[in-house]
Parts: sequence; structure tokens; C-alpha cells
Amino acid sequence: MVNGAVPRFWREIPQRYNLIGNQCGVCKKIFFPPRESCPECRRKSIGKMKDIKLSGKGKLVTYSIIHAAPKNFEGQIPYPIGIIELDEGPRLTAQIVDCKIDDIKIGMKLESTFRKIQQDGYIGAIYYGYKFKPLEDKK
Amino acid sequence: MRDVAVIGIGLTKFGELWDKSFRNLIAEAGSKAILDSGISGKEIDALYVGSMSAGRFIGQEHVGALVADSSGFAHMHIPSIRVESADASGGLAFRQGYFSVASGMNDIVVIGGVEKMTDVIGAEATDTLATSLDQEWEAFFGSTLAGTYAMIATKHMHDYGTTREQLAQVAVKNHANGALNPYAQFKRPISLENVLKAPMEAYPLTMMDCSPVSDGAAALVLCAAEKAKKYTDKPIKIIGSGQASDTLPLHGRKNICIFESTVYAAKMAYKQAGIKPKDVDVVEVHDSYTIGEILAIEDLGFVKKGEGGKAVENKITTFDGEIPVNPSGGLKAKGHPLGATGVAQIAEIVMQLRGEADKRQIKNAKIGLAHNVGGAGATCLVHILEAM
Repeated sequence: MVNGAVPRFWREIPQRYNLIGNQCGVCKKIFFPPRESCPECRRKSIGKMKDIKLSGKGKLVTYSIIHAAPKNFEGQIPYPIGIIELDEGPRLTAQIVDCKIDDIKIGMKLESTFRKIQQDGYIGAIYYGYKFKPLEDKK
Repeated sequence: MRDVAVIGIGLTKFGELWDKSFRNLIAEAGSKAILDSGISGKEIDALYVGSMSAGRFIGQEHVGALVADSSGFAHMHIPSIRVESADASGGLAFRQGYFSVASGMNDIVVIGGVEKMTDVIGAEATDTLATSLDQEWEAFFGSTLAGTYAMIATKHMHDYGTTREQLAQVAVKNHANGALNPYAQFKRPISLENVLKAPMEAYPLTMMDCSPVSDGAAALVLCAAEKAKKYTDKPIKIIGSGQASDTLPLHGRKNICIFESTVYAAKMAYKQAGIKPKDVDVVEVHDSYTIGEILAIEDLGFVKKGEGGKAVENKITTFDGEIPVNPSGGLKAKGHPLGATGVAQIAEIVMQLRGEADKRQIKNAKIGLAHNVGGAGATCLVHILEAM
């Protein structure tokens, strides 16, 4: 992870805190993170991309358990990381939390949760964003 | 477009070369290649150098000029171009140099590849490797390059029944080959146990599924084919060159068990060469992680998708197998100095096609293929060469 000045993180707060993606006004495909234009509709989509809040619910496509971590994550090892396919279609990479490593299975249902992601050393900025936890069955 | 041939090769040893600097390494490989080709310095029209991350590893950018200077060409004012596409930088430098000679703008160019990785600590190297991923949408959340390949392995095992042992067998085979390569970082065979019981890097991959942190350089001299015989009686012609891209993050792809960049680059190279996968006699693939070699043999068309693990288990890719893969030892045993790798792969193919690979010589090798990947498959280069 390349450490940066604050604006780099500040401008991504809507996506990382609130899972704001966008949707092509022509083909209705949904993207996360938001794109400038739709790769399918191309010039027809310019000016027609609309922000959209994603549900944060999805399923696990694949995963790994990280044992050799980047510097800012060394205190967290071992930690699971996965690719999650959101119900709206887009896929993203995030940590999986609040469950035993042995309970992680491809295809399991997950939901996003707002967490601390990393910190620039001991006194540096703290960065927040999404992690994913098993979807609770609310009866 | 005219034909282009490789007329000279030069390699440093790969490994933890604490007594050698970035500039020592590239100057050594470059001068070996120039001596091997028989050209004189003043015949060189341009230099192309692949380096992934000199800025982070040694705090040095402006690598083109540095390489021209440390190789003794600054006073001759030879144009020098640094090329970057993560750990496919070497393959890309080769392709750019090839274009420049094929176009007729240049007659003779020298291609270099170099990385000095051991001047930083391990965690710093892990961070730098992860710069080949999407910094903002993968690495920010704690993913690593090994973790990304590990996620491909998890999915490949889940979808195709590939086993942990089959992955390990790739490392075992490449170490057996590397033991015969005087340039290799690791010159000792290993057992399946050694791989399976090594410390975990990123589940399901252990440290022994991963290529090492390495220093090293490689260089090649390219010449218009019509003039090549003037310098050598064993010119090796470039008969196919392909390059393709894919989404930067792994999660952007529909099927994460395929490197579409490999599929497309290979299609381009095979078409130009007018050959099929079965015509290839020797292959160097990008096994930065063991799962990478399994994907490569599938995506290059040597076996069907999903059958890579079985093919390794059935010893199809060994030294005396049907399609020998990584006789050099691959990135796993030979070492993986990022920018040098793509150039070193082609140097190995040239040695094989010249019949100069000594103990690791594949019998009657006529056509060879080199496969170089950037990051987790967002860039791929495929080159096919043939003895003239």
C-alpha cells in the first residue's frame, strides 16, 4: 500500500464509507467503483452515468488467508481476504471478518460492515472503509 | 515489416547479490550480450530497458539514462528507453526493441532487463510487488500479489478439483530443472513435503509456491535478420510477438481462473508465427506463483482449461515430457528479478534453440515460446522464436 497525503483518501470517502457506485443510463449496468463512462456503451454513456448506493450484500467468489502482509497490515495476520460479488453485479476485494477462518466457504452470503482498514504507522492517519461479514438471517 | 533475429545473449547470476548494485548488474549483462553477438558498441542504434520499480527498490528513476551511462554509452549519446509493465517489463522492452528494428528505423538494438530487490527489507518488497495490483481497490484493503494468486488457486481447486499436491509439483519440477542451471538462484532439488510444509504465505500457497526476491539482469542483442549472419552462424529469429491487457484488479474479471491477457497475446503470436501450440518444442512460462504455471499451460493452449493440475501430476511438462515447461527452473528456482525476467526467459529460449543449454538441453528444440505476465495478469507478452 502506497502511503499518501490526505486528499487521496478524502476523495474516496463516498465509495469506501457508503459503497456509492454508479449506473450507466443507457444499458443500466452498475459499476463499483464508479466509472467515468460505461466500457460497453462508451461515448453514448458520457454524461449519463448516475450515482447509486449499493446494498452491500453479496456472495463470496473466492478467498485467501494472508500470512505475509504489507507493512500497515502486519499487526493483523493471519487475515482472510476475498472477492465478493454484490447482488447488483459488481465485484470487489475486501477482508472477511466476524467469522472463524474454517467457516469461510466459496458461495457464502456476506454483507458489508464499516471498519478501520489500516493506519499509517503508530501516529499516522487512520483509514476506514468496508469489510464483509456473514449475512445474518433476520427472521 | 522485416524479420528480426536475436544475435547475442547475456545473463548475470540471479540471487541475493549483496555485493552488486543495479548498475553493476545491467552493465555486466549488457556487455556479455554485446561480446556474445560480436557487434561493436558504435553499431548500437538504441537501448531498451525493462525495470519494474527502481524508484521503490533503489530510489532511482530515470533508468534509461542510468543504464546508458553505466554501460559506457553516455558519451556516444545512444538513445535509451526505459519500459515498464510490472514484472512483464522485460518482455515489453523486448517487444518495443523488436518493433524498432522490424520497422526499419533501427538496425541493431540492445534489450536489457534488471531489478535490484534486496536493498529493501522483506515487507517493503511485498508492498512494492503489490504496486502491480490496483492500489486503491485491492492493495488498500490488505491484499498482496501472493494473496491475489492464492485467490485464483482457491477458485481453481474449487472449480476444477486441482489439488494442493499438484500445485506443489510445479515447484518440485522447477527446482529439479533449476539444479541444472548455473545462473539459477536455487540449485537444489526439493521434495513435495518441502513445499507443503513450508510456512504459509497466503492460503493455499506456501512460501515454496512463490518465486523468491532476487537481484539480477539479462540482455539481448537484436539485429535485422538479413544482416544477422554477418555476426553469428546461429541467429534465432522472432517469428511471433503478442501482447494483451486485462482489468487491473483481479475482481474485475468474469472468470478469474483464466488470464485472458495470455489467451489474447498467445493468439496474436501464434497467428503471426503461423503455428499451433503443438508445434512448440520448449516453453518458458511466468510461474511467479505455482498456480501461475498451471494457468499458463492452459491459457497458452497446451492443455484444456482445468486440466493443468493433472498435466503437471502426469509429468507432461517435465524436462523429458511431451511439452517441457521452464527448463531454466522458471521464476521459482532461477529467481525473479522482476524487470529482468522477461528478457532472461527469451535468453533461455535462445540457448535452447542454439543447442547451447548444456545439461538442460531439450533435444531437437526448433521452436520456443516465452510467456511473461505483469502483476496478476493485467498485462501479458508472448514471444515465439525459431532457429534460422
